[in-house]
Amino acid sequence: MSTRERILADVLKNQPSASPLPDMSAFKGGNQDVVATYCEVFTGIGGKAFRVKSFAEIKHRIAEQFDTAQRIITSLPELSDSFERLSIDIDPHTFDDVDVAVIEAELAVAENGAVWLPEQRMGQRIVPYICQHLAVVIPAERIVPTLHEAYAKIGAGDYGFAAFIGGPSKTADIEQALVLGAHGPISMSVFVLGQGTTPNSVASY
Amino acid sequence: MPMTVGLFIPCYVNQFYPNAAIATLQLLQKLGVKVVYPPRQTCCGQPMANSGFEHLTQECNNLFLENFAEFDYIVAPSASCVLHVKDHLHSTEDPVKAERVRSKTYELVEFLTDVLKVDKLAAHFPHKVGIHQSCHGLRGLHLAQMSELNAAPFSKPVRLLNMVDGLELVSLERPDECCGFGGTFCVAEEAVSVKMGKDRVSDHVRHGAEYITSVDLSCLMHMEGILQRNKSAVKAVHIAEILNATR
Amino acid sequence: MEKVEKDHAALAEEFIKDEERVDWHDGALWWIRQKRDMAAKNIPEWEALREAASQIKNNVLSNLHDYLLEFEANVTKNGIKVHWAADAEEHNAIVYSILKEKGIEQMVKSKSMLTEECHLNEYLIERGIDVINSDLGEYIQQLDNEPPSHIVLPCIHKRKEEIGEIFHEHLGTEKGVSDPTTLTRFARRHLRNVFVTRRAALTGVNFAVAETGEYVVCTNEGNADMGAHLSEVQIASMGIEKIIPQKKHLGIFLRLLARSATGQPITIYSSHFKKPRKGQEMHLILVDMGRSRQLGRPDFRDSLKCIRCGSCMNTCPVYRKSGGLSYHNTVAGPIGAILAPNLDMRKHADLPFASTLCGSCSNVCPVKINIHEQLYKWRQVIVQEGYAANTKVLGIKAMAWTLSSPTSYSTIGKAGRWVLNNIPFAVNNKFNPWYRQRDMPDSPKESFGEWYAKHGKDEVK
Repeated sequence: MSTRERILADVLKNQPSASPLPDMSAFKGGNQDVVATYCEVFTGIGGKAFRVKSFAEIKHRIAEQFDTAQRIITSLPELSDSFERLSIDIDPHTFDDVDVAVIEAELAVAENGAVWLPEQRMGQRIVPYICQHLAVVIPAERIVPTLHEAYAKIGAGDYGFAAFIGGPSKTADIEQALVLGAHGPISMSVFVLGQGTTPNSVASY
Repeated sequence: MPMTVGLFIPCYVNQFYPNAAIATLQLLQKLGVKVVYPPRQTCCGQPMANSGFEHLTQECNNLFLENFAEFDYIVAPSASCVLHVKDHLHSTEDPVKAERVRSKTYELVEFLTDVLKVDKLAAHFPHKVGIHQSCHGLRGLHLAQMSELNAAPFSKPVRLLNMVDGLELVSLERPDECCGFGGTFCVAEEAVSVKMGKDRVSDHVRHGAEYITSVDLSCLMHMEGILQRNKSAVKAVHIAEILNATR
Repeated sequence: MEKVEKDHAALAEEFIKDEERVDWHDGALWWIRQKRDMAAKNIPEWEALREAASQIKNNVLSNLHDYLLEFEANVTKNGIKVHWAADAEEHNAIVYSILKEKGIEQMVKSKSMLTEECHLNEYLIERGIDVINSDLGEYIQQLDNEPPSHIVLPCIHKRKEEIGEIFHEHLGTEKGVSDPTTLTRFARRHLRNVFVTRRAALTGVNFAVAETGEYVVCTNEGNADMGAHLSEVQIASMGIEKIIPQKKHLGIFLRLLARSATGQPITIYSSHFKKPRKGQEMHLILVDMGRSRQLGRPDFRDSLKCIRCGSCMNTCPVYRKSGGLSYHNTVAGPIGAILAPNLDMRKHADLPFASTLCGSCSNVCPVKINIHEQLYKWRQVIVQEGYAANTKVLGIKAMAWTLSSPTSYSTIGKAGRWVLNNIPFAVNNKFNPWYRQRDMPDSPKESFGEWYAKHGKDEVK
């Protein structure tokens, strides 16, 4: 008997009688202002949230916040006139000197501040982790209240890798003192683009 | 309603804290309850069971049933012993009787609030008091809401203490942390037990308590041992003694 | 000289000697418990989420055989190679053979309690493979040659000055530097070089989705991803109980995990691995290590529902005062104390007794494991199986005999307060573990029984 067969046989012998899965239909977000909630939560976890109206404004904000003499890459065609368009074919190690990466998220979750990034939107898997600063664009109408709505939208997903990313990399392993920038980005900015569909949302400028 | 309550006084209460037992008896009598103390009682078996020797507790169980089966209710001034009875009192000969006795056994405070539905007391206790939530009373008998849960707050001991004239409750930094008694834990894990007890006591002292009260004398015995060793003026007192205190 | 194995009580006593450290440790973990409370109380449906999570895990355990097959089929379809390991030896040998085949001599590893359980690092290092733990806390513990003391906060028992000293000794930082930001930045630079030079990366697994064959790894530091996405060989090790049925169930578990662990709404990174990158090779090792045996113990199988959030440790007053290393097991605290006896009952016979059974652990558990009830039940099993110390057996038997007989009880009670003598509160000397630091209760003139015999008939008016 192989290890596999033995483990499976032991599991089958020892597992208890069938127990049903719960009904999850009651789990959903309320009708709060998801854009405002998102920005508040994301700021609370150490991120920077910006409400913006256009890509031009995003470019302006990035130039304002970061040193444009450093390497700034993007997977967004809308921004590739200003920043280096990242290549999906090169060796991932070559991104080691990236200062800022600007990518677009597929979804964002109001209750926890996380954005959903399938690898197609990362360009390469390493990009949102290896850069010193991560900037993510999320169209306001793609913000959902909770993870339940997020997974409903994601479905099976056509990706080899995807991640929720909610804030700059952090650690508190030394005496519980919070330090941003453990191994991944030291900062994370999110640009919420447009008004969203929530009735109460208020643009900041 | 004519009811007779069998008074269950746990072994160590009988031996060391007769005043708490007397207060329990008198308080119930004041509230119009007929109380009988069966003299042949000893222990619920918890010290053995919590040490891993539940299989040696059958004699204690039989004795408990012999002493208490006849009563309408069984009431004890000890949440811990009551919880043990409710969870572990079994009989191979008469499981129905054991089930009946389990279901009519009450800790004093819950008997006052849930059965007698007491809404006023003639008690007077002009002191600052800190409540120590006994873990077995809190998480076993649900005498109050547990701080871990996202659920509506309530507290049966607080409801009763609020009926006491002159009494002021102090709030604590950690409202329902264990005192570290834990039965044989208190000697088997002496260092941890003592540290837990010291930290619990200091929370009460820091917040100005003159008395620490609880529904469990085992916790109080532990904290009292620490208070006295440190020559503290703060006293440990069972809740029955406060509820029975008069001017 | 033979090394004497110390039990929890003895190791805890050593930890407690440094009271300032204990107070800090206790306070830091209590603060995390408070952050967990705030996060939980921010979600109105929190208790319903716990219940749902518990039911999903019950379903997993009841159908684990089929879910494992479904998961295996989907993982394979996704292009990841699946391996099965019955125990630590098999697991470690699989990892080694994967690396050897590729001629890889250096690996970076993100947090995986399973590989700690398997002592993978020692195994590989003996065979000439260099392994570096990349989670900062685990990295510090590795430098100091100590196991993690907490599954989420591996070096929570260390003060920053001690960590500064470790960095000075092993990494050459300036002596006396202990500022957490400075030390973290230094480790960041140092480990970045590790990430970019390692061809192999190993991660743990938080959740494995049977329906899609993907697995989720949760970190705050980003270390799992830094290793994985730069590697040419990626290995994931998971206990067989980490399966969840469907992807939508992640919504429940990811809402609970970080809030329970640290009070964060979600870990910074929740990475969903499904297929290898172009040119990359991925392996997944399904490990039993006693889990199928625990599944067959009806009283203890619920311990397999654990999602390793560590909240039971943070809330446990015994853990907070005694430190994780006093549990001498990879997983410490209440959950460790119900998992460990399944692995080695003799070695871990003390752990279920390292608790007051206060029950706080069961209340914070996001999958509602009845931890404190299982501690009680393990005590019964350990005694029945003969692993209780002899002195204890005799004492308890004497107690049972005395307490089961009203005559012997009252005779001995009168003679010398039997209970005092035997749950030892009585003897006023330094050998009595009650009396060393606590006073005895005052001895009253008469017991309640004696008082009642005289006054019981005088009803109060």
